[in-house]
Amino acid sequence: MTLDQIQKGHDAELVAIESGLELRSRLMEMGLTPGVRLSVVRVAPLGDPIQIMVRSTRISLCKRDAAGIRCRVL
Amino acid sequence: MPPSGASTRTLTVAVAGNPNSGKTTLFNALTGATARTGNHPGITVAERHGRLELERNGRVDLVDVPGSYSLNARSPDEEVAINALLGRRGMPRPDAVIVVLDATALERNLYLLLQVMEADLPVIAVVNMLDAARDDGLDINFDLLRSAFGVPVVGVVARRKQGIELLKKELDDLLDRPDRGRRPWLWTPSPALSRELDALAALVDEEVRFELASDQARRAFALWLISSLHRRSEIAVRPRLREATLAARDRLRDQDGLDLDHETIVPRWRVIDDLAPRLVRREERPSHRTERIDGLLTHPLWGSLIFLGVMTVIFQALFAWSEPVMGAIEGMFAGLAGWVSATLPPGLGRDLLVDGIIAGVGGVLVFLPQILFLFLFITLLEGSGYMSRTAFLLDRFMRRLGLHGNAFVPMLSGFACAVPGIMATRTIDDRRDRLVTIMALPLISCSARLPVYTMIIALVFPPALTTGPFRTGTLVLLGIYLASTGLTLASAGLLSRTVLKGRPRPLLIELPPYRMPDPRSILLTLRDRAAAFLSTAGTIILVITVVLWALLSFPRHVVDTGDPQADAATALRHSYAGRLGAMIEPAIEPLGFDWKIGIGLIGSFAAREVFVSTMGVAYGVGDDEAALDADLGQAMAQDRRADGTRLWTPLTGLSLMAFFMVAMQCMSTLAVTRRETGSWGWTLFMLFYLTGGAWLLSFLVYQGGRLLGYS
Repeated sequence: MTLDQIQKGHDAELVAIESGLELRSRLMEMGLTPGVRLSVVRVAPLGDPIQIMVRSTRISLCKRDAAGIRCRVL
Repeated sequence: MPPSGASTRTLTVAVAGNPNSGKTTLFNALTGATARTGNHPGITVAERHGRLELERNGRVDLVDVPGSYSLNARSPDEEVAINALLGRRGMPRPDAVIVVLDATALERNLYLLLQVMEADLPVIAVVNMLDAARDDGLDINFDLLRSAFGVPVVGVVARRKQGIELLKKELDDLLDRPDRGRRPWLWTPSPALSRELDALAALVDEEVRFELASDQARRAFALWLISSLHRRSEIAVRPRLREATLAARDRLRDQDGLDLDHETIVPRWRVIDDLAPRLVRREERPSHRTERIDGLLTHPLWGSLIFLGVMTVIFQALFAWSEPVMGAIEGMFAGLAGWVSATLPPGLGRDLLVDGIIAGVGGVLVFLPQILFLFLFITLLEGSGYMSRTAFLLDRFMRRLGLHGNAFVPMLSGFACAVPGIMATRTIDDRRDRLVTIMALPLISCSARLPVYTMIIALVFPPALTTGPFRTGTLVLLGIYLASTGLTLASAGLLSRTVLKGRPRPLLIELPPYRMPDPRSILLTLRDRAAAFLSTAGTIILVITVVLWALLSFPRHVVDTGDPQADAATALRHSYAGRLGAMIEPAIEPLGFDWKIGIGLIGSFAAREVFVSTMGVAYGVGDDEAALDADLGQAMAQDRRADGTRLWTPLTGLSLMAFFMVAMQCMSTLAVTRRETGSWGWTLFMLFYLTGGAWLLSFLVYQGGRLLGYS
């Protein structure tokens, strides 16, 4: 399952990032590493972007990027 | 006296930290009013410096490194951070680094700390916002932090200046004994990566001027190169080193089958993940303050209404609240000009002083109220955390238009004036996105165009003329605002498909916890912005004002027919500007304009509203306000073309308004564009694409209208 498909309010564990290399490095440096726990907090009123919580940080990213992040729902 | 062995040179300390870690607040708490913003040529990220007095080491130069989550640079802007830390490209290598950590998100902040430590720089870790962490029920194990990282650690609340004295003392100690803050890498690179690091490290001395050369620092720089440099990157590195780095990357990927992110980023996080559970303990249920506020501010209905309310207040401030102040500034300079005119004997010197210098300085200062108002709101929005929520709300909408989520506030400010709007694009982190916004911004109908529209509409669409229940003039004005907004968005879209090809960088931002903005930082930001505008843009504006004055006044054509207004009109006609106006007449004739309008267009380069008073002089009615109101309209209405038809028809008016809607006729906008882009190339591009576009639109309106049978 990818991050953009996870329902609001659910927790997940990050499995792998399959985005382009530059974006992947950026996400990983912000703490989105394999094995980390995250939760989907909300979706923007226009349906994109989404807000996630990871390592006590609220991060907003667009759905296209979220689609490259593979997760396992907990 | 400095301790023996220390040189007497001023020591440099860099302050690094994640965005939203309170880094700037701490920097301001340490340096107070001594902070100054400088700009790197060609790079949009400003660099701030400040001074700090330490007991033993004396005066220390503090450098505010741009906030970032890591030291890897993917754009020239991000490169500033690494240059400041590693001592590249003319910047001194710092004697120590303060790494600011957000106590409420300590785990994430530790990544940058690890990276800075790798560079073998003496480091102090400062855990900031301890009060917010306490409110969240977080308990931080400082002893473990010290022993695990092996560097001095200080806890502070920068906003309330708590812990600042202790930090100064620790910094003093560290500068005396730098080894207290230096530690070997806390993770071990794989053998293959290690091999490449060693090979590259042997080459880096030519690139970095290490004062404290150490193998660890060289390896850190080699690691930075390997992680940051790829084939398309614009990072400035010497060709030999660049080739060696790219070859090393290829070898690691192809021969060793390694994934660089897993070789470099993952091991650092492993260090942090091992520590994190013991480092931070949650003692009680966290406060959900930020969640509750977010529930309201990002709510589809309430969030949108609050957003519209906030934007209305900003708009109101830029339009209405700043007007009395701007009026007062204009009045003051008009008074000064009047006094000088009355005091000095008439002549060239007086004219230069009054029409060139006083008018120029006044023309610069008049922008300050709007700039200060806008940046007051921007610092409040950023400092409170609301700015990133507006990006969250608007991103999808703005991206459809080819714009960055943070382009909204600058664009909105553009309705008041493009100058503060362009300065506000600093909140857009991507250079391409920022350029698209800057280039499209002058198309928004700013308040300086309103007097021009009003004059033309009053002339060619008299109040008696109605369309249905509305005055035709009102509808035309509404149409102009709608059309200019449409053109702005269309040109942003066009630019991102052509000269600034690319998509808006997808939104990836932190939504920081809501906080009270720090008043001291707000004041310092306002002072910085004002100083930046006055020093660079202000100088250019002043110079061009004097040049324009000279164009309008030379060569001196002194006639005395007893009618001073007619004399002024004759003098203007014979001036360089008058000749230019006549010279460009063939170019603007297809737009329905004559040489008088040509002079007006040249004069309006000082500021668009000057068009009205230049027309006053050209029509020989003088340029004081009462005369303009009473006589200019009449004089213009009677003006005829060579063939005897009226010059000022509705079609001429529409064509001229179309020209004003698009044309780049504002030197202040060009000056501020030069400053913010750091490039004359983009500034000239703006001038020519907008003026060319204006000609084209005006041509289509006028010739199209004639084809449809209007005159």
